[in-house]
Amino acid sequence: MRALFAAIRLSLRALSRAKVRAGLTILGILIGVAAVVIVVALGNAVRDRVLSQIATLGANTIYVFPQDTRSSGAKTQPRARLTEDDAAAVLREATSVADITPQSTTRAQVVAGEGNVSTTVLGIGDSYFKIMDFSVASGTTFAPSDFRTKNKVVILGESVKRELFGSGDCIGEYVRIGRYPFRVVGILEKKGESPFGEDQDDRVLMPIGSFRARLVPSAPGRVQMLIAQSNDEATVDRASAQIEQILRQRHKIDPEDEPDFGIRTSTEIRKSNEATFDTLTALLSTIAAISLLVGGIGVMNVMLVSVTERTREIGIRLAIGAREGDILTQFLIEAIVLSLFGGILGLLIGLSGVALLAKALGWEFTIPVRAVVTALVTSGAVGIIFGFLPARRAAKLDPIDALRHE
Amino acid sequence: MAAVASPGEGPLIQLAGVSKNYVSEAAIVRALREVDLTIEHGEMIAIVGQSGSGKSTMMNILGCLDRPTIGRYVLDGVDVTTRSNDARAIVRNRLIGFVFQGFNLLSRTTALENVELPLIYRGVSARKRRDRAFRALDAVGLSDRLHHTPNQLSGGQQQRVAIARALVTDPPLLLADEPTGNLDTRTSYEVLGLLQELNSRGITICLVTHEQDIAACAKRVVRMRDGRIQSDTVQAAPLDAKRALSELPTPEDEGT
Repeated sequence: MRALFAAIRLSLRALSRAKVRAGLTILGILIGVAAVVIVVALGNAVRDRVLSQIATLGANTIYVFPQDTRSSGAKTQPRARLTEDDAAAVLREATSVADITPQSTTRAQVVAGEGNVSTTVLGIGDSYFKIMDFSVASGTTFAPSDFRTKNKVVILGESVKRELFGSGDCIGEYVRIGRYPFRVVGILEKKGESPFGEDQDDRVLMPIGSFRARLVPSAPGRVQMLIAQSNDEATVDRASAQIEQILRQRHKIDPEDEPDFGIRTSTEIRKSNEATFDTLTALLSTIAAISLLVGGIGVMNVMLVSVTERTREIGIRLAIGAREGDILTQFLIEAIVLSLFGGILGLLIGLSGVALLAKALGWEFTIPVRAVVTALVTSGAVGIIFGFLPARRAAKLDPIDALRHE
Repeated sequence: MAAVASPGEGPLIQLAGVSKNYVSEAAIVRALREVDLTIEHGEMIAIVGQSGSGKSTMMNILGCLDRPTIGRYVLDGVDVTTRSNDARAIVRNRLIGFVFQGFNLLSRTTALENVELPLIYRGVSARKRRDRAFRALDAVGLSDRLHHTPNQLSGGQQQRVAIARALVTDPPLLLADEPTGNLDTRTSYEVLGLLQELNSRGITICLVTHEQDIAACAKRVVRMRDGRIQSDTVQAAPLDAKRALSELPTPEDEGT
């Protein structure tokens, strides 16, 4: 232990004799380690963010949407006709489906007094709040009677409310959408961004019947989309299969034909997002690892120069009784000290970089403990791996030649 | 204090039929040709010869820095001819002190630290190292220059630091390769005087030199030529370096 301490002191002194060179080498490692730390932290942050956005899709949800079909590659069949009856049938027959709601969407102008905002208007069923885990921050959700009688009522998203009414209260106020005034019954709880990048607070909800009657005239019961929820996480896939089977029957689609609807589960969406994301992380990590490799080559380069420069010193040490192992250790420790220095500084700079990014982006960053450990272990390993060859070269010097050197 | 393995009463150095060939692409250079040499404990011997005579090769083999191509080398009762590199490193550390022409001190390292160096490779604790290094430097008269680095010392002082470094392990053998080669006459005599004094205390000293004046200080002179020992003579009355120094005209303020 004491010998190790002495060896470290010796290497520090040797390094301090070529400060600029040591500094530049340290810089090489530093950049590599800082890159690794930042990439890992950034990756984790993006992942957390995407996962929390996916959580806003609702738990164990299954999205059913119309899909164009092509028969014989040329003619396009008419758009799928999802209806509220489809929804009712699914809920009745699919044992793994707990709930289902229709959803139709359009862009519309919402006007309140002087205020005027273009937003997304959603026509929804009564299970929508439960499935999407939405709740109102103030006011109420729709009453069953609102659905039955196609009442002209709306619930405003947080952003829309702020645009139209500022911070004031607006429950009971009226907004005009299209030709009709709608009474505001509630304000949605803030929800944030969806994984598809839309602001989920920039929307207005109304009962699906009202949507069809007052906003987008269409055949009775017609909806653009169905959102189902399975009993639990384990039954998502089964529920999805059941929905497909029921809808195929109802839409009279042969088993070998493409259906006129598509089904996506929140699990699938999460998985595909994770896959994209893992690829990206792997790519970035590779680049960071390469920069660390380049840093390691820098260490080797400097150590080789150092061995050449200090050939005579090595000769003296060998002559007065240093064993090959002593010389090997001396240069190896020097290389490790060099890389660890770079590693520690790189870690500090990487963490500061992470902190700055967190501030600039307003994201949640966690200190990646794994990245910290990895950075230190890796930089130490870089020192051993890239320091070994020069150290061995030093240890294998012939004492006579070394003493005679220049 | 030094763990000197000294089995029996045998001689310190025994070379038997030692040859050394250097093989290059062009030719084989026969640097030593079947040399036999015995050196007893307590001798002060000078190996002299012109460059190319084989004296440097002889020095390298005696110092366990090189191996004979043929023949046997027994140092202090131990056959070191075929020992591993590590074993020979230990032999160098325990049995041999080196003094070189170019001093070969570590630059930017203090006298004290330079002298401590051999003890580091022996695993001596820091405090004991410091202690012994101080005593060795004191013995060569440099106790007031402990923290000077080589470039702050004169040639003679540097060589005395080197001698202290060679002595610090209490080796039975001190090998000096042209120890006065870089020194002026006065300083040369000082260093030689120091070596004679050490010899009088029992250390075997082996000087390798091409200068007659230096060889004159040794009790025995081995003359080499073409890789062979040409003559091996005992000098009944070697030159006393201290007396020679005192007889030199004293130029004003010539630094040491």
